[in-house]
Amino acid sequence: MSRAEVFWINGPVLKAHSEGLFRMKEAVYVGRERLAAEVIRLDTGSITVQVFEDTTGLRPGAIIEGSGMAMAVELGPGMLGRMFDGLQRPLEAIAASQGDFVRAGVEVPNLDRDRRWRFTPLLKEGAAVVPGQVLGEVEETPAVKNRVLVPDGVSGELEWLAADEELRLEDPVARLRTSTGTHEISLLTRWPIRTPRRFAEQRVPNRPLLTGQRIIDTLFPIGKGGAGAMPGGFGTGKTVLQQTLAKWCDADVIVYIGCGERGNEMADIVSEFPRLEDPRTGRRLMERTMLIANTSNMPVAAREASIYTGITIGEYFRDQGYHVALFADSISRWAEALREISARLEELPAEEGYPAYLPSRLAEFYERAGNVVTLAGSEASLTAMVTVSPPGGDFSEPVTAHSRRYVKSFLALDRERAQARFYPAIHPLLSYSEYVLDTARWWQDHGGVRWAQRRERILSILQEQAQLARMVKIVGRDALPASQRLVLVCAEVMVEALLRQSAFSKVDRYCSPEKQSKMLELVDDFIRHAEQAVQQGVDPDLLLTLPVTRRLQRLGEDIANEELERFDELTHEVGHAFSSLAAGQTETPSQQVLPE
Amino acid sequence: MMDPRQHILHRGLTSIRGPLIFMRNAEGVGLYDRVEVLPSEQDDPRLGRVVSISGTTAVIDVFQGTEGLSLTGSRLRLLPEPILLSVGPGMLGRVYNGVGEAIDGGPSIVAEQRMRIDGEAINPMRREVPSEFIETGISCIDAMNSLVRGQKLPIFSGSGLSHDRLAADLARFARLRASPDLKFAVVFAAIGVTFDTAERFRSEMDEHGAMERIALFLNLASDPSAERLLTPRVALTAAEYLAYHEGRHVLVILTDMTNYCEALREVSSSHGEVPSRKGYPGYMYSDLATIYERAGRIMGKPGSITQVPILSMPSDDITHPIPDLSGYITEGQIVLDRELERRSVFPPIKLLPCLSRLMNQGIGKGMTHADHPAFAQQLYSSYALARQLRLLSSVVGEEGLSKADRRLLHFGNRMDREFIHQEDQRRSLEETFDIGWTLLAELPDESLIRLSDAQIAEHVTPRRDDTAVTLQD
Repeated sequence: MSRAEVFWINGPVLKAHSEGLFRMKEAVYVGRERLAAEVIRLDTGSITVQVFEDTTGLRPGAIIEGSGMAMAVELGPGMLGRMFDGLQRPLEAIAASQGDFVRAGVEVPNLDRDRRWRFTPLLKEGAAVVPGQVLGEVEETPAVKNRVLVPDGVSGELEWLAADEELRLEDPVARLRTSTGTHEISLLTRWPIRTPRRFAEQRVPNRPLLTGQRIIDTLFPIGKGGAGAMPGGFGTGKTVLQQTLAKWCDADVIVYIGCGERGNEMADIVSEFPRLEDPRTGRRLMERTMLIANTSNMPVAAREASIYTGITIGEYFRDQGYHVALFADSISRWAEALREISARLEELPAEEGYPAYLPSRLAEFYERAGNVVTLAGSEASLTAMVTVSPPGGDFSEPVTAHSRRYVKSFLALDRERAQARFYPAIHPLLSYSEYVLDTARWWQDHGGVRWAQRRERILSILQEQAQLARMVKIVGRDALPASQRLVLVCAEVMVEALLRQSAFSKVDRYCSPEKQSKMLELVDDFIRHAEQAVQQGVDPDLLLTLPVTRRLQRLGEDIANEELERFDELTHEVGHAFSSLAAGQTETPSQQVLPE
Repeated sequence: MMDPRQHILHRGLTSIRGPLIFMRNAEGVGLYDRVEVLPSEQDDPRLGRVVSISGTTAVIDVFQGTEGLSLTGSRLRLLPEPILLSVGPGMLGRVYNGVGEAIDGGPSIVAEQRMRIDGEAINPMRREVPSEFIETGISCIDAMNSLVRGQKLPIFSGSGLSHDRLAADLARFARLRASPDLKFAVVFAAIGVTFDTAERFRSEMDEHGAMERIALFLNLASDPSAERLLTPRVALTAAEYLAYHEGRHVLVILTDMTNYCEALREVSSSHGEVPSRKGYPGYMYSDLATIYERAGRIMGKPGSITQVPILSMPSDDITHPIPDLSGYITEGQIVLDRELERRSVFPPIKLLPCLSRLMNQGIGKGMTHADHPAFAQQLYSSYALARQLRLLSSVVGEEGLSKADRRLLHFGNRMDREFIHQEDQRRSLEETFDIGWTLLAELPDESLIRLSDAQIAEHVTPRRDDTAVTLQD
């Protein structure tokens, strides 16, 4: 292999003299400790590399050894349920070899070579096979079967296929006769992280990624195979929302990347996910989840690599015909890593010190999400949701601004809502989704009666509320006419009933589509009644004191997904409360009588 | 075997710029190696570190000032190791300078081992999720932004606000609810603060007989600014020894992180680095993370490190890069408010922007009280409304508000005076709950959406009889 000798050291960036052949983005190893690194610049007689590990103590003269291969991940069973670092090294194994702290120079295999997997063949020997075709499967976890595929670019006749037997990663599983000779396949493959994997055809996302979060599913749906961003200042609940989506969304496989964030958060996922149950399959959430952790105090270059590692693994599962959801928290930390390396290379900065290629790198990343037909012809998708951490909560900064150009689902998190402990703190007037039309069709087919109209009505009431709030600031609420106060009342009830959702309440954290439809219907009903009542002269503010209004505002927490029949009672009660109002016999609003 | 280079005194200084020394003939020197700079034969060595290498030339950051150095008269001793701190038994009850040398006239620490001051990242697989509730005796923290062991919860303050007094109260009051704990220790790192601040903290602790549980690391305003880059790291290294080797629960107070960031900017600009926002280096987030992320618990180890960094927000601006980047790393923040301070509310905690991200892991059934989460949510949501109404009433006048709104406004005022304000009195969590429920009892059911009917019946209704509602129309 090619060798080079280090002569220049600046943090994680090294320059080395070399006459040997190196390629751009080639994986290399530095020094006796064999630190993982990657070639990022080539000059005649010298190379520049970025090191993914701590370079403390590194001296000029250290030898860099080429690998002849691009930075790649290992693909095969053994990833789900586990946590890896940004270079896909299993943190469990690192702990076993290094103890409680992560140190430089660790050499552990990315995937366990010794573990045996029960293989089930799904084809017959002699069959003609094409790229992406499923040869057989192993049960990676009880929730997900890992399908063994014919590699991209290989087709021919299946000469031999392993029987129903226990296999290790590197054991041969199949042999193909191709036009150029024979091709042996094992459970383990490799793929360069910066190269997207191929598929047969891409389609526009045509159904929602159901998240169980009302404000998302109802107002700002995420398309399966789409890309979305969640920007928000610190403390607005990005991470909690991101984790909530990772828990309850209806994807088959979850890739969760902690990119430059807190160590305690990753520890929290590891301790919580194995205890939670997927509401659709009843399996443990951890069985469909793989984690990548590059915490904020881990080496910065590995943070840059971590999102590519994650999305490549996401594509691997997508190619098996799964709907994959990838979550990266936060893309801003990735961009900062890019900026730091760029600064050390003394590249000319563009906006706010970020390199000029930031937008194109962002675009490349977001475009790896997609709703596709795999090489083998099955429908699959990879959805990418990222959080953005804009400095000072300012959405005009480069990472937010450029992300907006490529994502179709934009969930803006609002500091004021978060401060009032109103979660999820998604600002309904600053957020948007371009997946509404396609999603409306899905809801139509799945019991969401008049979903699109109801959604529009909610948004228009919220819009009106925002305008009226400005009026109130000038003239006071009591000075508004009844019809306008009615809008405020409806908005308040709707916001509390539908948009507020507690991620920590066992009942409320996941809201099934059926329950969402019911809630939407009920709130719609309330608004209709309220309009009639106010027309008949009832004071809108009186509506807020009705006991049934309070019940409506606590729907999420008080009625479980399994108790949908209670909605019928409530509908009845709403009707009853309003007819009593009309008859002039108001119910006693609350136990306590207001002092006059 | 001793590395022969340890004995070699290098001359080759080629230039000195601010806190930087450039040297040639630096054969075999490694990145971040420790350097001792000897201004002249008689002087004490100053601490430095190699920060970049190009061939046989190297750049060295000098942490203790370059005053008096000369290109020909000064010498360098290059040591083939990173900067280390000697740690051992008997570290508590002592006072150290900003690089960890004892300065209280007592014996030097018998080194049981030498630890890298830069620390190492805890493997996330080995992190224990922080979940043990610490009762700080302060209502706004205990009930509303609970602190748990292993958390990093900074105080965002401003010049002239009483953050030091709050920190001293925290250091005195904090304890576990289950058992008073003997293995509790405080590491206090003064980073570029005045002598008065450090001395006041020390005497406060002394007065309450707490000094033997405390280690003080002092880099005062008069000390070299580049040394501030080391002080929090040295203090945290001592804390790690106390936590993971002696099994103690360590509360680390770092004050003032703003001075740390200023020093970082100063050194960065002398390196000629491309600045990011407000001249601070682009890597400030990662750099601060290497300090803040050293809070935590490790599986199977008895001790813990809880951090309360204090930073003064320049011009009280929470979007300034220092509080902003800190807030993105820490697990919440306690924000102090000038308006409350002026109204003599102590602690002057501005509740709305405060947050504790780990709160939900440490409260609730079996830990504090089953209704604690709902209680905090309700207080927060009502108080947020009350604050909005206060703003509104300053425009339209209190008469312009509806009756229901006036009650909320009244509730908000009582929150400031009765819940937030507590002087230096330690409150048990039960006392805090009692005050909170009593205040909530002033509001009608329809305003208590975050509470279930059962919670209202249990806590609120019984307190309504003795709540005299004295609102005038």
